[in-house]
Amino acid sequence: MKYAAYCALILLGFLGLSSLGGINEYVFFAGFVILQFVILATAWNILGGYAGYVNFGVPAFIAVGAYTAVVLFKSMSAPLLVQILGGGILAGALGLGVGLLTLKLRGIFFSIATVAVVFILETVVNNWRYVGGATGLQLTRPQDLWFFDSYTRMLFFVMAVLAVLSVTIARYIQDSFLGRGLRAVRDSEEAAECSGVPTLKIKLIACTISGALMGIAGAPMPMYLSYIEPTSTFNLSYSISALGMPIIGGTSHWIGPVIGALLLATLQQIVTVTVSNELNVLVVGVLLVLFVVIAPDGILGLIKKWKQSSK
Amino acid sequence: METILEVNNVIKQFGGFTALSEVNLHVNKGERLGLIGPNGSGKTTLINCISGAYTDYQGSIRFDGGDITLLKAHERTKRGIARSFQIPRPFSSMTVMENLLVPFAFVGGKDGPEQQKEAMAILQGMGLAEKAFVQSNQLSQVELRKMELARAMAAKPKLLISDEAMAGLSGTEVDEVLEILFDLNKLGITIIMIEHIMQAVMKFSQRVVCLDAGKIICEGTPEIIVKNPEVQRAYLGD
Repeated sequence: MKYAAYCALILLGFLGLSSLGGINEYVFFAGFVILQFVILATAWNILGGYAGYVNFGVPAFIAVGAYTAVVLFKSMSAPLLVQILGGGILAGALGLGVGLLTLKLRGIFFSIATVAVVFILETVVNNWRYVGGATGLQLTRPQDLWFFDSYTRMLFFVMAVLAVLSVTIARYIQDSFLGRGLRAVRDSEEAAECSGVPTLKIKLIACTISGALMGIAGAPMPMYLSYIEPTSTFNLSYSISALGMPIIGGTSHWIGPVIGALLLATLQQIVTVTVSNELNVLVVGVLLVLFVVIAPDGILGLIKKWKQSSK
Repeated sequence: METILEVNNVIKQFGGFTALSEVNLHVNKGERLGLIGPNGSGKTTLINCISGAYTDYQGSIRFDGGDITLLKAHERTKRGIARSFQIPRPFSSMTVMENLLVPFAFVGGKDGPEQQKEAMAILQGMGLAEKAFVQSNQLSQVELRKMELARAMAAKPKLLISDEAMAGLSGTEVDEVLEILFDLNKLGITIIMIEHIMQAVMKFSQRVVCLDAGKIICEGTPEIIVKNPEVQRAYLGD
């Protein structure tokens, strides 16, 4: 109940912010990206953090969400919510398919297989003229703004709703049988099986949910940029960020990826504006190396240690 | 006596190496069976075939009246086969109590306050009640061994396979674990014990089976086994 009240307050805050006048439009533009990373980091953590299966194929899921939205918009002028729903469903289906093919593999073999999915899908999109192929596709935003002043503000609020939804799902999973089973898989898959955990089934469920959430994070992207092209959509830096943010925040709890994403994505946006766009991934990379060496359990681990030492 | 486990002509190969060669074994309900053999004789491989860690073997396995040959490990656990591991495999991110709640959740379908009470009773029986809320990666070797047995018990097994649960323990600790296994057997649980500590095997087992190079070379009461020349040759050489 307390959590639901917090969520309602947060969403009200976002609604108020996006309705306020006198705020530079760039705030919402950057806010959209930060919230998108909250979803991506949270989604990655469901499989990567809870179960210990490192998915490097994040751009594939984002792209399925984004290109599904493009196809739905171009073919039937589908509204934004239908685009998001469609993107989520197809990305979830991709998660299930990739899971069926790869989740019997463990460790590095699974990770390599997920990278392969990115290259396969990028090749398909590069040769698919309906969605613009390698050169991309320009999109005209619809005039439907609900009651917002601009489309960017509306997308910012939609992303906030999706982020809260994603975090709520991750939190529910963590406290459920599924979360307990995934943690058991991460600690010892063989012992988990012998304790009655249907390991393949729960990994498939996690991969599907994780994929679907990445898909819904990608679906509003074409409308956000009014443009889509494969090189940036399938950029592997999404994988580095989606992996780095939970590791920096802490993978053991649903709040870890949220902390990591808010800190890092905000820092990235500041670096983009004040220094250079090229330094974005470097920021994540340097922090990732530092945290892996100094605090492998992330910020949450540091807080836990600090609490224990102050007792 | 009613048979609970039947292993029929099981062959397990790793590439060109035959780890188990047409192994036949039966275990009676409520029995305490010792499984011995030198290193590399196929004891753990046989246990992995029975528990479902390996399913790519030839032959068949029947348990409690049903064919389990094609079942996965978690399905076999639900049928009533539980095991501990040669090298303890705790769920190290969880407390001892949470370790026990995994089988409660996935085998029994519930992990509420009642199951926590049951888990606590199991831990008390193992002398681990005080450690219930300790992180499992902070346990000593003997505590880890006991926790593995407790976790196996949380799956409410009919057959418990103890894979070298006494390895690396002191004499007193071995006696503690033996006592626990005797207590579990008194509850009606069939137990297969794999062990290198011969005194413990001979004290515990009603019947002993000796494996060598993937074949059963001898079976009988502990008294018969210790005098068997084939067993002596397997352990001491020609």
